Amino acid sequence: MKLSKAAFLLSAALVAGAPLAAPAPAAAQSADTIYVPLFTYRTGAFAGSGIPIANGMRDYLTLLNERDGGIGGVKLVIEECETSYDAKKGLECYEAVKPKSPVMVNPWSTGTTLPLIPRAAVDKIPVLSMAYGLSSSAKGETFPWIFNPPATYWDGFTQILQYIAEQEGGGVEKLKGLKIGYIFLDASFGREPLPLIDKLSKELGFEAKLYPVAASDMQNQSSQWLSVRRDRPNYMILYGWGALNPTAINEAVRTGFPMEKFISIWWPSEDDAAGAGPGAAGFKTLNWHAVGADFPLHQDIRTHVVDKGLSQTAPDKIGQVLYNRGVYNSMLIAEAIRKAQEITGKKVVTGEDVRRGLENLNIDEARLEEIGLGGFTSPVKLTCADHNGHFPTFVQRWDGDSYEKITDYAPPLSQYVLPLLEEDAKAFAERNAPWPARTEPCDN
Amino acid sequence: MFYREAGQFKDNYAADRAVFPILQDRIGLGVILLAAFLVVPLLGNAFFLNSIMTPFLIMALGAIGLNILVGYTGLLSLGTGAFMGVGAYAAYKLTTSFPQVNVLIWVMCSGFFAAAVGAVFGLPSLRIKGFYLAVATLAAQFFLQWSFVRVGWLYNHDPSGAIQIPARTLFGLPITGPHATPLTQYLVVLSIVVFMTLIASNIVHGRIGRSWMAVRDMDIAAQLMGIRLLPTKLLAFAVSSFFCGVAGALMVFFWLGAAEPVVFDINLSFKILFMVIIGGLGSLIGCFLGAALIHVLPIVIRMLPLGGDAAMVEHLTFLLVGALIIFFLIVEPHGLAQLWRLLKQKLRVWPFPY
Repeated sequence: MKLSKAAFLLSAALVAGAPLAAPAPAAAQSADTIYVPLFTYRTGAFAGSGIPIANGMRDYLTLLNERDGGIGGVKLVIEECETSYDAKKGLECYEAVKPKSPVMVNPWSTGTTLPLIPRAAVDKIPVLSMAYGLSSSAKGETFPWIFNPPATYWDGFTQILQYIAEQEGGGVEKLKGLKIGYIFLDASFGREPLPLIDKLSKELGFEAKLYPVAASDMQNQSSQWLSVRRDRPNYMILYGWGALNPTAINEAVRTGFPMEKFISIWWPSEDDAAGAGPGAAGFKTLNWHAVGADFPLHQDIRTHVVDKGLSQTAPDKIGQVLYNRGVYNSMLIAEAIRKAQEITGKKVVTGEDVRRGLENLNIDEARLEEIGLGGFTSPVKLTCADHNGHFPTFVQRWDGDSYEKITDYAPPLSQYVLPLLEEDAKAFAERNAPWPARTEPCDN
Repeated sequence: MFYREAGQFKDNYAADRAVFPILQDRIGLGVILLAAFLVVPLLGNAFFLNSIMTPFLIMALGAIGLNILVGYTGLLSLGTGAFMGVGAYAAYKLTTSFPQVNVLIWVMCSGFFAAAVGAVFGLPSLRIKGFYLAVATLAAQFFLQWSFVRVGWLYNHDPSGAIQIPARTLFGLPITGPHATPLTQYLVVLSIVVFMTLIASNIVHGRIGRSWMAVRDMDIAAQLMGIRLLPTKLLAFAVSSFFCGVAGALMVFFWLGAAEPVVFDINLSFKILFMVIIGGLGSLIGCFLGAALIHVLPIVIRMLPLGGDAAMVEHLTFLLVGALIIFFLIVEPHGLAQLWRLLKQKLRVWPFPY
C-alpha cells in the first residue's frame, strides 16, 4: 500500500510537472546572435556514423565563435538536438527549434528531410540536406528552399560506373556485359538509384543484381552475400548507412569477394572498414573532400576548440572521413551566412537571407585557402536553378588503416542524371499539386 | 466526501447502465473535454500542440485499437504498426486518386482497409493463442512493411519511396500540408479521437464488448454459452485494425506530413503495445494514460533543464523512462488505469479509511 501511495504521489507530480516543462516560449533570442541548430544523432543504431559528423559540424562552428567571434562579428548560438536518426524525433526537433528562428536546418536524415520539404517555404527556413534527401530538390525552380550540394546519389552512382569502366580500360561502353551487384539499405536512401540503374543497365548493357538489406537486419546480411557468392558479380556497389556498412565490408571479406572491386557511395568511415581487419584493404568509396587533419583549419580546431575542452572529439579522430564531412557541412552553413551578410548588408541575418546566401554560394580556391582548407575540396558554386552543383568526386581506397585518394576529381555523367532530375522534380510537383510556384526573386 | 454516489438515485435502466453512472464522473469528463477543446488551444504554443498533444492523441487512438484486441479479447498482436501503415497508405492512395472528396472522409474510410487486412491476418487466431498468435501477427508486420517498400503503386512510384501528404482543406481551411496550423490539426485530431473513443466505449460496454470479454476470460466457456468464436475474434481483429488504421492515417496526415515505410516498423508496434500494457489492459482511460507515459513523458523530460548536451539528455531520458516503467509495473502490474480505479475507490470513502 505504501508503494502505491508513492505511485500516486509520483504520478501526481508528473502530471503537475508536465505543463511546467512545456518549452518556455522561445527563450528570447538575443538580438545580436545567429541561431544555428544542429540535428545530430549520438545515440541509437546510427550513432557510429552520427557522432563524427556531429563533432565535425560542432567543432567548426565553435571554432568560428572562439577564433573570430562568430561570423561577421555576430556570435553563433549552436544548439544540438538529438534525433536518434528517427524521423519523428527529427520533426520534434524541428518544431522545438522553429520558434527560435533558425537560419537553416540540417536534418541529416532523408526521413526528416522529406516532411520538411513542403514546410520550408512556409516557415521560411532553408533546408540544407548535404548530398542526401530528395535528389530532385536540386532543382531550384521547384524547390527554392531546399539545397543538396555537392552531389546527388544519382551523380554518385554514375561516378562509380565511370570508375568501373576505367578499370575495364575505357569509357562507359566497357560496361557492356558486366555483372554489377548493388547492395543497399532498403529505404528511400538506397532505393533512390533504382530508376537510374534500370535505365542505365538497359542503355549501357550491363546486368544489375540487386541485394536489398532491410533496416531491421542491417547486421545480418549472410543471405545477401550468399547470393553474391552464387551470382559472382564482377563489381559490387554499396549504398549503406550506420551498421550496414561495417557488416557489408565484413561479409565481403568473409565471402572472399575481391575488395578492389567493391565500391561504395560516400558514407563509410574508417571505423566501418577497420572493423573487418586487414582483409578489407582495397575497399573503395567515393568522396568529395580530403581526409586527414593536415589543414590549417584543423590546426585551429585543435588549438581553439579541442585543447580548450570545448569539444567531444577524441584528438585522434579529428580528420576522419565523417568528421571532415561534418566540417564540410558547417563550412557550407558558415559561408552561406557570410554570403547572406554580404548581400543584405545586415549583420544578424534571417532564414530568408540565408536562403539567398545559399543560392549565391561561391566558395572558390582562394576562399578555401582563406578558410584554411586549401585543396580540401573542389570549389562550390550554387545558382538559383541548380541547388546541387553536381560537383566532381573522387575515389579513395582503404589501405588497411586509412583512406588514400587514388583518382582525380571527376564530374558525374550529367547526360544521364539531369533528364531524370528534371522528370522527377516535375513529377513531384504534380503528385503534390497544388505545388506552389517559385515566387522568390533570383539574385544571380 | 465530494466523490460519492450517495443521493444519486437511478429511476430507469438506461441511467443504471450508463457508462458514467456517477455525476462527478460526468462533470470530470466535461471538464477534461472543455480543457481539451478550449484551454489547450488557448494556452498551448505550436510546439505543445504539434509535438505533444497531437501525437499523444494519435498514439492513444492506436492504443485503443490494440487494447480492443489485447485487453478486451485477449489476443496478443504485434502487427499494430503495420495496420496503422495500412490506414496511412490507404488514405494516401484514396486522397491522391480522388482529391475532390474531403480528406476527412478518406481518413475515416482508410479504417475499413485496415479492418479488412486485419481480419485476414486474424484468421489464425481461431487456432492459436498467446505468444504463438503474437508470432503470427509478427508475420503481418513484416509482410505489410515489405509491401510498403516494394509495391510502388502504394506510394505512387515516388522515387524516394515515401508518401508526401498533399495540401487539403476543410471548409476552406487548410488541414493538411504545410499551410495547416498546428491548432487546426490538433482540433481535427481531437474531434476524431473523441468521437472514436466514444464509439469504442459504446462497443466495449455493449453486447459485442461483452462477447469479446467472454472470449478473453475463457474461450471454451464462451463457446458453450453460444458465442461463435471465429466471427467474434475476427470482429475484434477488424474493429481493432479499424481504429489502428485511422490512427495511422491521422499520424501521417495531421502530424508527420510525410512518411517512409520505416515509420510503421516493429518499434511502433512495440511502443503501442507498451502503452496498452502500462496504461492498463482492458481500459480506455488506460490507453490515454499509457500514451502519456510512453510518448509525452520522454519529451517532457527532454525539456527539463537537466543540463548536459543533447546526447546526455537522451541517455538520461532513456534511464528515467525505463526506471519509471519498471516502477509503475512493480507497484501496479495492472497498469495506470488500476491506479486510477484505486484512487476513485479511496476518494469515495475519504476522509474515512473504510
